[in-house]
Amino acid sequence: MSRYDLIRIPLLKRALVSRWPQFLAQAAALGGFVVAILAGLWGTPVGSHNFGIVFVWIAWWALLMLAAVPLFGRGWCSVCPIPLTGEWLQRGAILRPRGRGLGLGKKWPTRFRNIWIQNGSFALVALFSAVVLTQPNVTALVLAAFFLAAVATGLLFERRAFCRYLCPVGGFIGLYSQLAPIEVRVKDRAVCAAHSQKTCYTGDAEGYGCPWQVFPGGLTKNTYCGACLECLRTCPENNVAINLRLPGGDLWQPAGRRMDEAFKAFIMLGSAVVYSAVMLGPWGALKSAAYAVGTWAWLGYAAAFIAFVFGVLPGAFALATLATLSVQPRAMQSWRKRFIIFAYALVPLGLAAWVAFSLSFVFANASYLWPALSDPLGRGWNLFGTAGLGWTPYLSSLVPALQVAVVAGGVGWASLTARRLAREAGGGRRQALPVVAFCVAVAGGLLWLLVG
Amino acid sequence: MRMIRRWWLPALIALLGPALVLAPAPLPAAPPTDRTFRIEARSFEYTPPTLAVNPGDRVTLELVSTDAAHGLYLDGYDLNVTAVPGQTARLTFTADKTGSFRFRCSVTCGPLHPFMIGKLSVGPNWLLWRGLGLAALASLAGLSVTRT
Repeated sequence: MSRYDLIRIPLLKRALVSRWPQFLAQAAALGGFVVAILAGLWGTPVGSHNFGIVFVWIAWWALLMLAAVPLFGRGWCSVCPIPLTGEWLQRGAILRPRGRGLGLGKKWPTRFRNIWIQNGSFALVALFSAVVLTQPNVTALVLAAFFLAAVATGLLFERRAFCRYLCPVGGFIGLYSQLAPIEVRVKDRAVCAAHSQKTCYTGDAEGYGCPWQVFPGGLTKNTYCGACLECLRTCPENNVAINLRLPGGDLWQPAGRRMDEAFKAFIMLGSAVVYSAVMLGPWGALKSAAYAVGTWAWLGYAAAFIAFVFGVLPGAFALATLATLSVQPRAMQSWRKRFIIFAYALVPLGLAAWVAFSLSFVFANASYLWPALSDPLGRGWNLFGTAGLGWTPYLSSLVPALQVAVVAGGVGWASLTARRLAREAGGGRRQALPVVAFCVAVAGGLLWLLVG
Repeated sequence: MRMIRRWWLPALIALLGPALVLAPAPLPAAPPTDRTFRIEARSFEYTPPTLAVNPGDRVTLELVSTDAAHGLYLDGYDLNVTAVPGQTARLTFTADKTGSFRFRCSVTCGPLHPFMIGKLSVGPNWLLWRGLGLAALASLAGLSVTRT
């Protein structure tokens, strides 16, 4: 598969090896993060006018789901403000390595070296999403909790344990980063094998050992590479590349397929379907139930959400993978293994579902950005002269057609992936048919929710 | 024979794809009439939540707010009306665009305000049917790619 190494462009290489552009982006993100927390706690309680709500759930979310994840994979993780403070304390430095940090450097427990906690933390936030997305103080408390958890984890454990094992956002970015047209990889594995010091993992005077606990010489997928570019700085052999590539190739890598990643695909796809029903549908009772945390109605909603995401969707998919056995009885892989393999076909469909959902949500509400920018704390300020701009939805005629195109594209990509995965499962095109039928059914339901 | 087997699916997709996107929707069968709907708006829902009219109908929406000020912005038609409790606001228009259109509250009314949404159907929803067709076709295209 053809690739183009962006590091060949001297100016870009200088910008990426230097810590300053990344630091400036991180500092800007950290500034926005702090203002979002302050605005959430002390700004106006009206969500659609509060900087915290508007900039986190509209501006950041749009940036993340419509651009950063599809185009740059874990690009956001490389500038995310949440783990910065913990990392600085852990290292005892903000830029280049120097001295000793405060971190205890403990190993992350072996039994939790997976993304089940991230799966749980995302599902937990999703259960409360109607409140989190609309109540400024709750958004602020959630952001502050992420921040404190990242600091505590950074001080207690080595490297970026929070990002790798706990962050609910990092979990799904990792899943969908497999689709990105960009990757950090080594140019020649033999060079890494011959390099005894492995400075990309241990660190040196130029940079830190991989914060994501990954040996770059063994990278085959984007999932756990945080795109922090430390390996670019520490490799003395100039053996690290940032490749432009055909999107989605990671899904075809058979190594490292796991049940926790498979369930991440179900959680994300299921959540996109539920969000589309709750937030974009016309059912007021459903919205009220999702919002009324602690009531019987909410408990019913939460139970239905959990049952759908962890039961109905994987259950139906399990039947589809069982059907692949009837299509081709002499399959080489067990049912469980085929369930895991084929679940990776849901990754493109899941991202398409989130993009389609976000298109509607973001464009309908993007105009709230301008007043919030001028008056972030709701104190009557008019910093940029935009405080008085009224709400107006953008592209309301175009968005449904875009959503159809995105979902149809996602199904096509999922089918292509399923076809490829069928080979790994020991079969041919026919074996992918039940899985493709599942994808088409989910896409049909999603289209009905979005444009029906 | 092998050649035909290899090419029939991509050829079918190449023909059906543009046809699905570009085919004109059938003309409406029912003659246009005047339709009036009374919509009650309260936090955070419209009652009734969905409306259906025929293409060409002259539609009047009577918006009644029962708890606080609410609005109704109709996607696709770019029409807006607001109502305060005790006063009925009216919006009249000709349903000259077919499909399914969301209407949403245009007056900040509380935490779930951005999600206060209803739906107006004008004739058959061809976008949905085209979308379902495109999804099925895209899945065939994904399966038919021989070199991946």
